[in-house]
Amino acid sequence: MAGEKRYDVLIIGGGAVGCAVARELGRYHCSVALVERCADVAAGASGRNSAVVHAGFNNPPGSLMAQMCVEGNQGFAALCQELDVPYKKTGKLLLALDLGDMATLLRLQTQGERSGCRGLELLGEEELHALLPQVEGIGAMHSPETGICDPFLYTVALAENALANGAEFFLKHPVTAIQRQPEGGFAVTAGGKVFHTRFVVNCAGLSSAQVAALAGVERYRIYPCRGQYFILDQVPKDYLPMPVYPVPKEGEGGLGVHLTPTVHGNVLLGPSAEYIDDPEDTASTKEILDQLFQQAQQLLPSLERGQIIGAYCGLRPKQTPPGKGGYRDFVIREEADCRGLINLIGIESPGLTASLPIARGVVGLIGQSMPLAEKEDFDPTRRGIPRFREKNAQGQAVLIARDPDYGEIFCRCQKVTKAEIRQAIENPLGVRTLSGIKYRAWATTGRCSGGYCLPKIAQLLTSEYGLAPEELFYREENSPLLTGRVK
Amino acid sequence: MERYDVVVIGGGPGGLAAAKGAREAGAEKVLLLERDSQAGGILNQCIHDGFGLHRYKTMLTGTEYALLARSEAYAAGVKVRTGAMVTGLTRSRIVTAVTRGGVFTYMAGAVVLATGCRERTRGAIAIPGSRPAGVYTAGTAQNLVNCKNLMIGKRVVILGSGDIGLIMARRLTLEGAQVLAVVEAREAPGGLERNVTQCLNDFKIPLYLRSTATKLFGTGRLTGVELSTVDEKGQPFPGTARRVDCDTLLLSVGLIPENELASLAGVALDPLTNGVQTDDYLQTSIPGIFSCGNCRRVMDLADFVSAQGQAAGVNAARFVQKRSLCLMPAESSDAMAKGMPKAGQFTCVLCPRGCRVRTTILGHVKGNRCEKGAAYARQEAKEPKRVLTTTLKRGDGTLLAVKSSAPVPRDRLREFAARLQTMTIPAGSIACGAVVLADPFGIGVDMVAAQ
Repeated sequence: MAGEKRYDVLIIGGGAVGCAVARELGRYHCSVALVERCADVAAGASGRNSAVVHAGFNNPPGSLMAQMCVEGNQGFAALCQELDVPYKKTGKLLLALDLGDMATLLRLQTQGERSGCRGLELLGEEELHALLPQVEGIGAMHSPETGICDPFLYTVALAENALANGAEFFLKHPVTAIQRQPEGGFAVTAGGKVFHTRFVVNCAGLSSAQVAALAGVERYRIYPCRGQYFILDQVPKDYLPMPVYPVPKEGEGGLGVHLTPTVHGNVLLGPSAEYIDDPEDTASTKEILDQLFQQAQQLLPSLERGQIIGAYCGLRPKQTPPGKGGYRDFVIREEADCRGLINLIGIESPGLTASLPIARGVVGLIGQSMPLAEKEDFDPTRRGIPRFREKNAQGQAVLIARDPDYGEIFCRCQKVTKAEIRQAIENPLGVRTLSGIKYRAWATTGRCSGGYCLPKIAQLLTSEYGLAPEELFYREENSPLLTGRVK
Repeated sequence: MERYDVVVIGGGPGGLAAAKGAREAGAEKVLLLERDSQAGGILNQCIHDGFGLHRYKTMLTGTEYALLARSEAYAAGVKVRTGAMVTGLTRSRIVTAVTRGGVFTYMAGAVVLATGCRERTRGAIAIPGSRPAGVYTAGTAQNLVNCKNLMIGKRVVILGSGDIGLIMARRLTLEGAQVLAVVEAREAPGGLERNVTQCLNDFKIPLYLRSTATKLFGTGRLTGVELSTVDEKGQPFPGTARRVDCDTLLLSVGLIPENELASLAGVALDPLTNGVQTDDYLQTSIPGIFSCGNCRRVMDLADFVSAQGQAAGVNAARFVQKRSLCLMPAESSDAMAKGMPKAGQFTCVLCPRGCRVRTTILGHVKGNRCEKGAAYARQEAKEPKRVLTTTLKRGDGTLLAVKSSAPVPRDRLREFAARLQTMTIPAGSIACGAVVLADPFGIGVDMVAAQ
């Protein structure tokens, strides 16, 4: 039948974990495809979170969450270097507001040390304020190994590296059926195509329980838990040099409202933890946004409403139901009653930090029933777009001399040039959406929200890349930016 | 590194006038740095009229005003460098600009900051709800529609009644979109009276005061806006929420002075407005760095920006010459009639005085300070006429700003604009003022190039 293809492994879901699995499988002689329902990778929780690389003290020692988080944390810097994506080991502070909080911190310190977290240290009030005078607290725990990254670029880089090493990507291919074959393996229908595969790796995040059910495994349930965030404008370097968190409260669905500097110089504020019914509902609500701001102000009193330039939402794929809260450990297993189906269920925080160890775990599971021979020509490195704003004057001059488009600044807020936008448009995955360009080039993300550069980008896409105005989408194909020509 | 007496940052009306003023005050080498491919700033996307009454004593479109201001600067001997985005400014007035030809650094005897303002965005006002496509600030929409020939939507709600929002209500109506509502949280419109008359009332576009958008709908493209009635503090009254189905929301909710460069140099800003603080000589907290126009304080008219720019440029030159500085022009002059026009009363637009005139039931005209005002009021009462400003498509798909050579009947504006929508003129440059279409409507009025 036309349109049918055969693979050793089919990965469902192009989040950080799915792309990490594709990338790690690239080390071996096996054919890999990844199907993703959205128009780009990192469209779910992977691209909508606090962008923190956790140290691993929040989860019980011995859990997969703790082990893989610690392992992921310790390898994150090297991985980001291979992938040429931003990463910064900032450290993190958990701020105690009362003695009860201090007692919890002591418990977290012991828990973290048992899992192998390095350098956890309890600080008194004086030490805390010597380190960060601008925050509230009677004491704190300092975690020096915590860092920050760009989760979108991280996922894109994993995908691009996987692609370069032979994986095939099928974006806009939602899975609609999974048929177990009598002779073993599966026929997976996605985006109208049939993919024959020996293994299915279910990295579908929020949809992972439904995907498992399509294959006949119906024992999982995922509860979407919404996290709303504010984005603050660029701040001076010393405004908030590291993430500051409250001490986590028992039974909450998240880690509490925190403030996090980003690798791009902004500050994120959030998230809420609200169990919701609709797994697509990433709307912001006024009540929660007001609450977030108040709670964040308790940590950083100098915070002002005028610093806000935007808001976003992410949905955590939680296994723990409303009312219970807290965390249930990652499920990473080949199903005994459905051989060849590897389910990854409940990959919420710290899934981003743990994505590479999770992928290695999946490779290990596959290796148990299929011989995996290493490829000699696997290239673990990937080159990102050279960033104009990160260069000094001399470096900028070199870029412009090589490509004059580097001398034309499209995004005034973030100093993103036409050359970077072009490279973002010409990305290896072939994504042409505005959000794809936005996250790759970091244009439109500043205080004017694209007011200045959006018309320039729209014109570039229509005049030089031949897109009709109606074909310009923000995210998915139901999000046209324009209705056509004026005349 | 090159040395200039005066470097002006920003080529809008303020910067162009500043550069001209500096030259006229005797500065020898004056450089104007403009990030776009042509100086003129935001005027280049303002194809509507209402400019120039104060400065040039005649009614011009924004594009015509920009052309005049540019030619004056060139004639005064200003060196204009376009496509140059300034990325660095120091206390000691070292200016760094990025161009396609490389990174350039200049030493300036004095600097004039004329960096304008930017629009307040949805993020800044935090409207709850989903984040669909179809939400634009009014100025961005203006650029897409007037300069890029890209249409933004068909059913439009406008939040905020600032001037750009009002102008866009008319503009989109003339291009065939349906403007369903303009909503304003305060009890009076924020824009000029004449814009309320000519952009909303002329086209019977409803204006809802004491209302705001409280929620957005739509996962992909915008599908609707929830509007609520608000109290004097802007808080919604419960139970007043109503949904309006639309595909586009324009925001006209305020302008913020753009002062990232000023901050970089350490220039003191007003913490409330983000505007540059200056003394009465337009000098900032750093000697030798001056500021004018919307980056100092957002102003109502380009004419006032030009006047202030001119003064800043003169003082920048005098600073270099070590002469005493001149007082800036009085700011009270920018008190334009704003808000809701009274029924039966018109603001005469024939001269800068802007008399509020009305006709009595006996046909007498009241409130005018000259005969022109009387004629204007009589015409308004009998058959209101407006200059039609729009664009025409050239053969290569680009747009040319045009206007009617004389006012046309107000009630036929939409019909005439629709007729022009389907016409194409040859590609190539056309002089400003040249007739592009001779008498296209058969009423003895031509369409002339306005840029």
